[in-house]
Amino acid sequence: MSVKTVAITGNEAASYAFKQINPDVVAAYPITPQTELVQNFSEFVADGVVNTDLITVESEHSAMSACVGAAAAGGRVMTATSANGLALMFEILFIAASSKLPIVMPVVNRALSGPINIHCDHSDTMAARDAGWIQIYSENAQEAYDNIIQAVRIAEDMKVRLPVMVMFDGFIISHGIERVDLLDDVVVRNFIGEYQPNYPLLDVEKPLTFGPLDLHDYYFEHKRQQAEDIKNSKPIILEVAKEFKEISNREYGLFESYHLEDAETAIVVLSSAAGTAKAVVDELRDKGKKVGLLKPRVFRPFPYMEIAQALSHLKAIAILDRSVSFGGFGGPLFTEFRSAMVEFGKIPENINIIFGLGGRDINEQDIRGVYEQLDEIVKSGKVKERVQYLGVRE
Amino acid sequence: MKKITEVRWHGRGGQGAVTASKLLATSAMAEDKYIQAFPEFGPERMGAPIQSFTRISDEPIKIHSHVTNPDMVVVLDPTLIGTVDITEGLPDEGTIVVNTSEEPTQIRKKLNLKGRKIFTIDASKIALEELGRPLPNTPMIGALIKATGLLDLENVINDIKNQFAGKFVQKVIDGNVKAIERAYQEVRGE
Repeated sequence: MSVKTVAITGNEAASYAFKQINPDVVAAYPITPQTELVQNFSEFVADGVVNTDLITVESEHSAMSACVGAAAAGGRVMTATSANGLALMFEILFIAASSKLPIVMPVVNRALSGPINIHCDHSDTMAARDAGWIQIYSENAQEAYDNIIQAVRIAEDMKVRLPVMVMFDGFIISHGIERVDLLDDVVVRNFIGEYQPNYPLLDVEKPLTFGPLDLHDYYFEHKRQQAEDIKNSKPIILEVAKEFKEISNREYGLFESYHLEDAETAIVVLSSAAGTAKAVVDELRDKGKKVGLLKPRVFRPFPYMEIAQALSHLKAIAILDRSVSFGGFGGPLFTEFRSAMVEFGKIPENINIIFGLGGRDINEQDIRGVYEQLDEIVKSGKVKERVQYLGVRE
Repeated sequence: MKKITEVRWHGRGGQGAVTASKLLATSAMAEDKYIQAFPEFGPERMGAPIQSFTRISDEPIKIHSHVTNPDMVVVLDPTLIGTVDITEGLPDEGTIVVNTSEEPTQIRKKLNLKGRKIFTIDASKIALEELGRPLPNTPMIGALIKATGLLDLENVINDIKNQFAGKFVQKVIDGNVKAIERAYQEVRGE
């Protein structure tokens, strides 16, 4: 396999994936920290290196509406957004998913207003977790690039046909330069293949109705099918990952286990903070501490049994959430994980730590502190505080 | 043992601190190293104090937190001394490279500093002479790699030539290369 190793930002890596995918339509509206992604891609459009129709709309609501229209017409469609932009798309996110339109959308994670903040947290995509989209989170620029390419295959698989969001952390990844291995254009093109639309609106030989009224007679059946469809995407996500490994030599699953198998305590955390946590795991392992990490990759569909099993042997775990579920028991990851462990029947002692809201840094010292707390819980058998906030002034 | 080398760049908006942090990273990558380069994300205004960062390692870099204890600090604008705490988090064995016409001993006095290694170079003057504009960022890379032995001069120059090819006219590329070489030779330690 031939690769090109470059130093680029997460946004540049994502826009390069767009270029190689060469979608029929991209409809997007700029928002920090997503802006450079679409801006870079618009240069590929202007230079004529892609055949994409780039629709510069007047809002994110229009961006997602145009994506729905273009995807229903039979095109391969992509867009990208962040935070308030995703919030403005909210209504149409559900329409895209329930219409089974395989739109691929990177979301560069950013805190939702208010107060207004442009930095990273996961409040935007966690708020959209029940919209019916597949959600894949990326740790770094390499994973963002790889996940966007895989997302096309997952979304368009005949057994799935659902929209996919690919997340990476705003600024930390979107604006940071890292070393990224890019695949050849031909390799990517062959991997994603030609898109075959199911029921294209533009097929005038077979006229169809899209988005009709669906009341108490059939709405429920359609929602029931939708629930089944996203569940069924799990094996497809794994198949696509397996094939992707053949072209990239990089391995992906539903989640990543890092020194988890023989660990006694572990942290569960999404995206870029998982990288920092891995560095701490390395350091503590060198000192003989049996610590590990579980980094969820696919949050929708949530692989609850697999995750609960992977954690079942641990003595204590800390689930880190970069968003708050206001008035809820804990963060969105925490409640899902607790519930999964109950179903599996083995429940390690556990705590929830809310961190990093609005871009607040989480460093190695913070993470060391979490592992120390887990040690204490194992020793004493007691949890002092179930849901905690890390790095906040109180 | 610390496996990652961390560099903090201090400058003012428009002086090219962010570009310098990126160029150092791409030059390191030319030596097959792993890198990160990122600005401090705040309001970006011409003339306002800004920071940017470079991480360099022989192994993949997993950490994604801020740089709090850099091994080296590069100061693109001497008027930042006294305004910004340029020595914050810098360990005793750390290195400071300042763009100034002053000697390292004078800077040490100004900073009222014990420990750390201080180097100075008049990068603005060099840039003015070689580029016709007082843009100190590329010569500061030359001064930094000489002061610390971080990277090989030839690799840095080749990388800058590659990075600038197609973006700038030959005169600008040659001027930058000359500025880096001169700063490499003229940087002064204590």
